[in-house]
Amino acid sequence: MIKFPIYLDHNATTPCDPRVVEAMIPYFTDHFGNAASRNHPFGWQAEEAVDYAREQVAKLIGADPKEIIFTSGATEGDNLAIKGVFDMYASKGNHIITVNTEHKAVLDTCKHIEKLGGEVTYLSVKADGLIDLQELEAAIRPTTILIAIMYANNEVGVIQPVREISRIARKHGVLFFSDATQAVGKVPVDVIQDGLDLAAFTAHKMYGPKGVGALYVRRKNPRVKVTSQMDGGGHERGMRSGTLNVPGIVGFGKACELCRLEMESDNKRISALRDKLENALSQIEESYVNGSREHRLPHVSNISFKYVEGEGLMMGFNKEIAVSSGSACTSASLEPSYVLKALGLGDDLAHSSLRFGLGRFTTEEQIDYTIEQVTKTVNHLREMSPLWEMFKEGMDMDKIEWAHH
Amino acid sequence: MSYSEKVIDHYSNPKNVGTLDKSKKNVGTGLVGAPECGDVMRLQIEVDDATGLIRDAKFKTFGCGSAIASSSLATEWLKGKTVDEALSIDNMDIVEELNLPPVKIHCSVLAEDAIKAAINDYRIKNNMEAIKFEGSVVH
Ligand SMILES: Cc1ncc(COP(=O)(O)O)c(C=O)c1O
Ligand code: FES
Repeated sequence: MIKFPIYLDHNATTPCDPRVVEAMIPYFTDHFGNAASRNHPFGWQAEEAVDYAREQVAKLIGADPKEIIFTSGATEGDNLAIKGVFDMYASKGNHIITVNTEHKAVLDTCKHIEKLGGEVTYLSVKADGLIDLQELEAAIRPTTILIAIMYANNEVGVIQPVREISRIARKHGVLFFSDATQAVGKVPVDVIQDGLDLAAFTAHKMYGPKGVGALYVRRKNPRVKVTSQMDGGGHERGMRSGTLNVPGIVGFGKACELCRLEMESDNKRISALRDKLENALSQIEESYVNGSREHRLPHVSNISFKYVEGEGLMMGFNKEIAVSSGSACTSASLEPSYVLKALGLGDDLAHSSLRFGLGRFTTEEQIDYTIEQVTKTVNHLREMSPLWEMFKEGMDMDKIEWAHH
Repeated sequence: MSYSEKVIDHYSNPKNVGTLDKSKKNVGTGLVGAPECGDVMRLQIEVDDATGLIRDAKFKTFGCGSAIASSSLATEWLKGKTVDEALSIDNMDIVEELNLPPVKIHCSVLAEDAIKAAINDYRIKNNMEAIKFEGSVVH
């Protein structure tokens, strides 16, 4: 029996693992204390639970528990890292280097920094989605204080060469922050070996609850500090005020522990399913896998089906199968995915893309069904696509004078 | 966003998908939109020389479900109308019939533009002047 609906949008969010929920429940009702209450058992229990979760989170990324700052998620982590470094290291410089395929939480934070008088270099990526390391090194100035480059991309799953990036950052005495939201819990991330100085991630992308995340802030070699972005009680070593979300943090800790213990076996299974899906869908004429297939998360596949439009395509099966598309028709803006365009895809291919994100609970039957449905719908839509007809007739579509809006 | 029953029906069982012989004098073809915009619509009408009625209409559309449904519906409405009557098809009628949400209004505009483009193509082929449409996106 196939389990419906089929959820293949795990880069957007993941379901909570039932074991995570189970761990959280007592912290809503019985152990509801404020972790900052120092004078009674309710507070002590909460603090103990938070300490334990901090260890679980730290262990997943090879960090010291003291280096974990709990946040409300990766958006906050991205903001705190970039704005916090910009403020803290203002006397050293005001230049930040990032990449144009980053998440909006990084790009818009950088735009904000520019308004504050900061300078930002936005590196572009190669056709496979990877940055050019020489370009990165050449962009470093005496005033550069931070390199902000994501670990793995949320749309195409491409993994950046973080170790090489950190080596360059070290060599020039620049801090390296990585938005590791899509990578932590999915692939081995080790802050020491990877040379990360700061890293943001979030529980809801790794089978934990929404609204809780962490910022890793290195304490040794070098000792990194960020200026807090919210004023208040001085929680989290003064870097992030606000009463801790104890149940969320407990769930986050549990989710990290499960990922640490099960990542290897999960990945073996999930990447085999992903490959099956990708290989089958690549058999469809004029379909293109977007981004590097080699340097990529094991559970993601982003494919463009030329001459059909992404939202129209999803409509063929979205009652049963949840995926997402880089098409503009799915968004309020009229622009298709800026990430796919940064990889050099034309607007037409960006409009025709689907992102498949598999997960811990994806089954082979679900993948088989997805292959069947997507193939069927692509064929159905191509029969009614004027572009497909022109392509089949060998017409050069670049020569047509399109009526642009 | 969820789709109306009617959009889903046109999407799953589109009416009048196909191609008419555009070299024929009594066939008018309208091609609007652009691949880079994520929507291209081709709508064709075939006019009965004797009666002046639109005998057949066909479409092919690259676009979202609402764009497909708008063009499918347009071909249904076109059949049996005179060319002049066809000019009165308004995109808001399509919006209403298909229950399109505001973000999908431009898909219906595209259908209206495709009708106008097809009519003008037919008119030019038959030695009539092309009609100038106010505020149309057809170039
Ligand atoms: C790469 C990346 N960074 C940041 C975020 C934002 O995470 P959160 O939802 O926890 O704020 C996401 C999730 O959409 C993401 O994929
Ligand atoms: S064709 Fe893009 S929203 Fe309808």
